[in-house]
Amino acid sequence: MSTVVALARAEAVSRGVAQPISTVRHLHIAGRPLVLVALTLAGEANAPLAAMVGDAPESGHLLVVNQPRNRDQRFAFAAELAHIVVGYIESFQADAGMVRAGGRGEERRRFTDAPQLFVPNPATAGFVRLLGRSTRFRRPTGEYAVDPAVPVLGRWLTFLAERTEVPGSCLLLAATQALALHWATGQSAVEDLNLAALMGWIDPPAGLTGEQAALAAEDPVTWPPAGPATDPTFDNEVLAPLITACSRPHRSPERQQVAVINLRNALRDQLTPTWKLMWRAIDLLRALPAGARVAGRWDSDKDAFTGYSEHLRDGGPPQPRRDSAVAAASRLNSLERTQASYAAQRAFDDPLVLAQYRLTGEAFGGVVTAAEPDRVDATGKRRKLRPLITVLTHDPFRIDQGTAVISPARPGQSARVVSVSGEAAAASVVLELAGGMGRALTAAPGSVPAIGERISYTTLTDSYQPRGSFPDRADTPWTHGGPPPVYVPTQDDVTEDWS
Amino acid sequence: MSARDLSAAAVDEVLSLLGGRDYRGVVVDSPPGAGKSELVVRAARELADAIEPLIVIAQTNNQVDDLVHRLAVATPALAIGRLSGHDYQPAPLVSQHAQVRVAQQVRDLGGCLVIMGTAAKWATVSEGYWRWAIVDEAYQMRSDMLLRIAPRFSHGLFVGDPGQLDPFTTVEVERWLGLTWDPMLSAVAVLLRNNPDLPVRRLPVSWRLPQSAAGVVAEAFYPFSGFVAGTAAGERRLEFTTRAFGSGAVDEAIELAAETGWALYEMPARQTIRTDAEAVAACASIAERALQRGMVARSERAPGGETVDPGRIAIGTAHRDQAQAIRARLGPLVARGVVVDTANRLQGREFDLTIVLHPLSGRRDATAFHLESGRLCVLTTRHRHACVVVARAGIPELLDAHPHSDPVHINVPAKFPDGWAANHAVMAHLANHKVRSR
Repeated sequence: MSTVVALARAEAVSRGVAQPISTVRHLHIAGRPLVLVALTLAGEANAPLAAMVGDAPESGHLLVVNQPRNRDQRFAFAAELAHIVVGYIESFQADAGMVRAGGRGEERRRFTDAPQLFVPNPATAGFVRLLGRSTRFRRPTGEYAVDPAVPVLGRWLTFLAERTEVPGSCLLLAATQALALHWATGQSAVEDLNLAALMGWIDPPAGLTGEQAALAAEDPVTWPPAGPATDPTFDNEVLAPLITACSRPHRSPERQQVAVINLRNALRDQLTPTWKLMWRAIDLLRALPAGARVAGRWDSDKDAFTGYSEHLRDGGPPQPRRDSAVAAASRLNSLERTQASYAAQRAFDDPLVLAQYRLTGEAFGGVVTAAEPDRVDATGKRRKLRPLITVLTHDPFRIDQGTAVISPARPGQSARVVSVSGEAAAASVVLELAGGMGRALTAAPGSVPAIGERISYTTLTDSYQPRGSFPDRADTPWTHGGPPPVYVPTQDDVTEDWS
Repeated sequence: MSARDLSAAAVDEVLSLLGGRDYRGVVVDSPPGAGKSELVVRAARELADAIEPLIVIAQTNNQVDDLVHRLAVATPALAIGRLSGHDYQPAPLVSQHAQVRVAQQVRDLGGCLVIMGTAAKWATVSEGYWRWAIVDEAYQMRSDMLLRIAPRFSHGLFVGDPGQLDPFTTVEVERWLGLTWDPMLSAVAVLLRNNPDLPVRRLPVSWRLPQSAAGVVAEAFYPFSGFVAGTAAGERRLEFTTRAFGSGAVDEAIELAAETGWALYEMPARQTIRTDAEAVAACASIAERALQRGMVARSERAPGGETVDPGRIAIGTAHRDQAQAIRARLGPLVARGVVVDTANRLQGREFDLTIVLHPLSGRRDATAFHLESGRLCVLTTRHRHACVVVARAGIPELLDAHPHSDPVHINVPAKFPDGWAANHAVMAHLANHKVRSR
């Protein structure tokens, strides 16, 4: 926890309401997100019990599994969910445009928008991942045939779940994480995983403090858990008798129907409070102004969506159970590059995020006290425009001489720390600027910070990092177990256990 | 057997394993200062003498330059290639040798029997195939880096210190846990899990650590292999040319460390921010005082004694901002050579006196980062003579309040040494070398 967040948490306690820890929204919130609230049966690994899913507050579909231990009913649930989710996803595949790819005028297709799955918490994102794992290898024909939409659902859910590992991706969002990125509450990070309590701190009902609202949210009768785990008392007192009633053999169709309706109503009551909270959370997030670089990250999400759509269209295989050595290394390489760029982008977009780096000495802010905008470096073969500016900062300055820094206000211009003088509490930093000033030997107007301007610099950089080169899968070296076997679909794919 | 014979026998065994060619790889575990670089140089010489084209891979430019220099001194006739990145400026250590050619491309190093470079540079090389590769600091190399380099060679000698810091990543992803090729593991861990029959040998003698440190370090960080000190008790001595007027706690700590090899400079218990101003000041004043007092180090290298100049003193921390705060506090002493850096950057370096800001000092919790045994191991094994640990009181209690809570994953071998136990072992030893600040 950074000092800024720790302070915000302390202030949240004393003021009784969550405090913002960002000035802009760092996530893309889709115009038409698909909200999914899911419940599983206690004691069974990832056995779906019920779900509420839909792309508008008033159109939540309730899906219920009458006997979650029954494999056929699980696949019926998957099929029903598949028609909603895959239908939603495919609705974004109608409209595509061409965008520039690479520097040489090449173009690439990109869908104009992408789906966004919104779930309450990271645990539900885990449910999505496991549901994808349980369904993506099934087949619509042969023994144990399933609805043709089921393996497609599995692949899309896997795609979305894998995408959450990419820093800054917004294709699958967990509400508690999305909210905690923008607000600090007066409770612990573990308590923040409770959506109702978190929302209580951020947006308490009239007359209550955040703490009181969070306390009220601990009552599982008024605020049932947001899933996928259910409340144990509900399990014992309500759910168990209803499931038994639904599964009792040799009964009249009328009594059977009543039992099913009772189960549906009980589960609807468990899901509806969270469903409403989810849409309130989306509204809260939507009300924040988006950061400048959010749209760019959403574009990469759209690229990933387009790419996987094409993979499916061309009949590509399902995602492998495990990454091969080469795939794992190359994926880690790409995640690390994205992580570095996401951290920098957030700091550039948001002075409050930058403040965290200023406190740890990875950034500093201050006022320009001297400037030599026309200084020319004539020591090299070519004369180069290299203005000098002096920034007086009261931040704890801990950047070494010679380090390159960048100002969020002028991301195209790099600066190098030439010297530091003065005392720790008021350091004068001399910076040499390069780039972003036009081609002439005199700087374009406004491109060099003027005396009196408030400016900040950070060591974080969002510059392009080339991706690492990796051997082909078939050339996996002996140190890593040699080339892995090629995946061939087998009977095991369709007969393997649900989870 | 004397320490020297023990060490020589271990090296001979490794070299005969290499010559035997029965294995595709040999792993050599080395405790701190056990002559790892000498082993690398000797192995490179023997392979070069047998006209086996070979590459040497180290982790940083400094390490490569050091190895280039040592090999050049050992074999003046050998043509050595120094593969480098485009922004590399040859260090004097390298450019003084006429037999060393520096180039950015392998094809410009034709005729060099031995080519040396950093792992990051070798990962970009996409042509050439060598019979042998020697990987130095292999425990600090991540396995995805090895994956990129391994197609370039058929046999490998992997040398490193298993007690030091594991390589790290900035992303938190669990998807590869339990895979034998998990890219976040160290190169040696992946190599051994995929090739469990490779021979692993150990260097048994630390030439760096004094007698006073070998026992406690071996027990805390190398519980199964162990090692002994190459020098006898009393062979290493720190003496002062001046006497302290009055006797402050700082002087007491320095004198205790000089006498016994260890001191714990303990400040009152308090929860602090990372850059605890008092702890920072204490680290700086211990270094200042040690220099003011004019320390003289007597050892097997300099039996007559040599002055401990600023370059022989290091201050180690867990975090970069702590190092920067201490550097700012030390002021001119940094320019005179006192090294202040994080554990990650002190790896592989050696000093006479080290001052350690304990990673758990002033903390409210003990996270996996601060408990990592490798971090404490690096910090407490950089010294030839003495080590002063600066910490707030209450670390054993903090450890007791934070037992392991990390989840256990299937197919992930338990990690030894355990950071929690190692921290306790070190604190238990330091409890007998305590000086309270006032």
